[in-house]
Amino acid sequence: MRRQGNGANVAGGTGSQGAQNGYWLLAPTLAVMALGLAAPLGLVAVYSLKNQTGISLSEGWTLAQYGEVLGRASYRTLFWRSLGISGLVTLVTVLLAYPMAYFVAFKARRAKFVWLIALTIPFWTSYLLRVFAWKIILGFDGVINSGLMRLGLIDHPLTFLLYNPFSVVVTLAHAWAAFAILPIYVSLEKIDRSLLEAATDLGDGPLRRFLRVTLPLSMPGVIGAAVLIFVPTTGDYVTPTLVGGPAGSMIANVIEIQFGRIGNWPMGSALALVSMTAVALVAGAFVLLARWATARVR
Amino acid sequence: MRKHALLLYALAYLAFLYVPVLVLPIFSFNDSQFIAFPLAGFTTRWYARLGADTAMLHALGNSLKVGMATALLSTLLGLLAARAVTRYRLRGTHAALGFISLPLFIPDIVLGISLLLMLGAIGLPLSLGAVVLGHLLVCVPFAITVLVARFEGFDRDLEEASADLGEDGWMTFWRVTFPLILPGILASLLLTFITSFDEFLVAYFLSGTEPTLPVYIWGQLRFPERLPMVLALGAIILAVSVALVALAEYVRNAGVKKPMVGA
Repeated sequence: MRRQGNGANVAGGTGSQGAQNGYWLLAPTLAVMALGLAAPLGLVAVYSLKNQTGISLSEGWTLAQYGEVLGRASYRTLFWRSLGISGLVTLVTVLLAYPMAYFVAFKARRAKFVWLIALTIPFWTSYLLRVFAWKIILGFDGVINSGLMRLGLIDHPLTFLLYNPFSVVVTLAHAWAAFAILPIYVSLEKIDRSLLEAATDLGDGPLRRFLRVTLPLSMPGVIGAAVLIFVPTTGDYVTPTLVGGPAGSMIANVIEIQFGRIGNWPMGSALALVSMTAVALVAGAFVLLARWATARVR
Repeated sequence: MRKHALLLYALAYLAFLYVPVLVLPIFSFNDSQFIAFPLAGFTTRWYARLGADTAMLHALGNSLKVGMATALLSTLLGLLAARAVTRYRLRGTHAALGFISLPLFIPDIVLGISLLLMLGAIGLPLSLGAVVLGHLLVCVPFAITVLVARFEGFDRDLEEASADLGEDGWMTFWRVTFPLILPGILASLLLTFITSFDEFLVAYFLSGTEPTLPVYIWGQLRFPERLPMVLALGAIILAVSVALVALAEYVRNAGVKKPMVGA
C-alpha cells in the first residue's frame, strides 16, 4: 500500500516535485553543517599551511607546520601515547562491558529494563564532575588513601594511583562505559535464539557455541562500541588534564596550549588535522581488520 | 554456578559505575572542607552557599539559555531532515546523513578550535551564540536519530486517509503527523538539552566572557576550598538529569510497544 505517488500527494506535489520538497527539507540542516563544520574545517586546513610571525600570517603556503608536527620527537611521543592510551581504554572498556551486556541480554530476563536504567543513570551526571570524582577518589589525600589509612591497611598514601596513564585509563573506562554496554547489548539482543539452540543440538558445548555463534554475531556491536569510544577519547582534554599529570598528558593538551597560551594557530591547526587523520586511519583500519577476522571465524 | 558468577560480575561492574557518582552527593553533605574519610558530620551549608553564589547562578542562566536554544534549533533541523529522509526517496540521502553525522567522529577539541578560527576570520566576537552553533553540530545527529526512529514507527496510511478525507498538506501535518511524532520531538528536546547543558570543551573555546555552567565549574576546580560546593552542584545536576532522562525515556516509549534500545 505504500505507493510512491500517493505519498507524494500528501505533501502536495507529485513525482520530481516531491523529491524537490525533500531536498528543501534537508537544506537548512545541510546549510548549518556547512557553515559550522565544513567551512571551519577548511579554515583549519588553510591555517595549517601558513606560517605565523607575531600575530600575522604569511602570504605564501608552507608545509613547515607539518614538518614540525611529524618531525619533533616530543609530538611524536604524544601522538603515540594518545593513540596507545585510547586503544587501551577501548580494549579495557569493551572487555569489561561485554560480560555485563551479555548478562543483561541473556540472563536478566524480566529485570532487563531495570538493569538498563541502572546502567545508564551514572552517565547523566556532569562529565566534568564524573572525571573529577576520580581525581578525588585516587588522589594523595583522596577517598581511597584516606579510607585505607583509616582502616590501618597502609601507613603512607599510595602515590601510584593518580597522575599517570593508569589513572587516565581507569577514568575513561568509567566515563565511556555506556558507549560500550549499549551497542553490545543491542547486537546481542538481536541474535536469533534458535541459532543458539541449533548449535547446542549439533553438539557444541557452551564455550564453543559462544565462540562460533554468539561472539561473531555480536561483533557489529563490539566494532561500533570500539569506534564510538576510540575516536572521542583520543582527543579528550578533560581527563588527561585532571587526572593525567605530565606522564599522562595527551594530544588535546598541546592543541589547547597552541590555541591558548602560546597562540600559534597554524601549529595548533596542523596538530589538530594530523591527530584527526591519525584517529580516522586507525579506526578505519580497525574496522576492516575486525570485519575480516569475524568473517574468517564464521 | 556460572550464572551466579556472571551475576556477581554484573553487580561488581555496577558498583564500579556508581562509586564515583556517589562521591558527589556523599561529600556534598559532609561537614568538612576536605574530601576524605572519615566523614565529619552532616551539613547543608554547601548547598546554602551555592544558592548565594551569583557568578554560579549567572553561568547557570547562560547554560539554560544555550541549552534551550540548542534543543529547539537542533530538534527543528532534525525534524526537517528526518522527515526528508523517511518520506522521500532522495538521491544522495546516505551522503547527506553521513555528512550530518560527521561531528560524532571528530574530537570535540577539533570542533571547538575550528569554530574559534572561523569566528576570528570573520571578525565575530566569542559569544553564547557561537556556543549554540557548536552545540548544534553535536546535537543535530542525536535529534535526527531519535526522530527518524519515530517517523519510521508510524503508519503512513493515516496520512493518506487524512488526504483522502480532503485535508491539505499542512492540515494533515498538524492534525495527524505532528501528534503522532510528538513523543519523539519531546524526547529529542530533552536529550539535546541535556547534551548541550553538559558540554564543556566547545563552550570552553567559544563562550568568551560569558561562561556556561561547565566552564564555570572548570574554573572552580582549581580552588580546593570551593570543592564541596562544586560537589553539591554536581549532586543537584545528577538529581535533575536523572529526572529528565527518566521523563525522556518514558515519553519516547509512550505508545510504542518495542523493547527499549539505547540511544
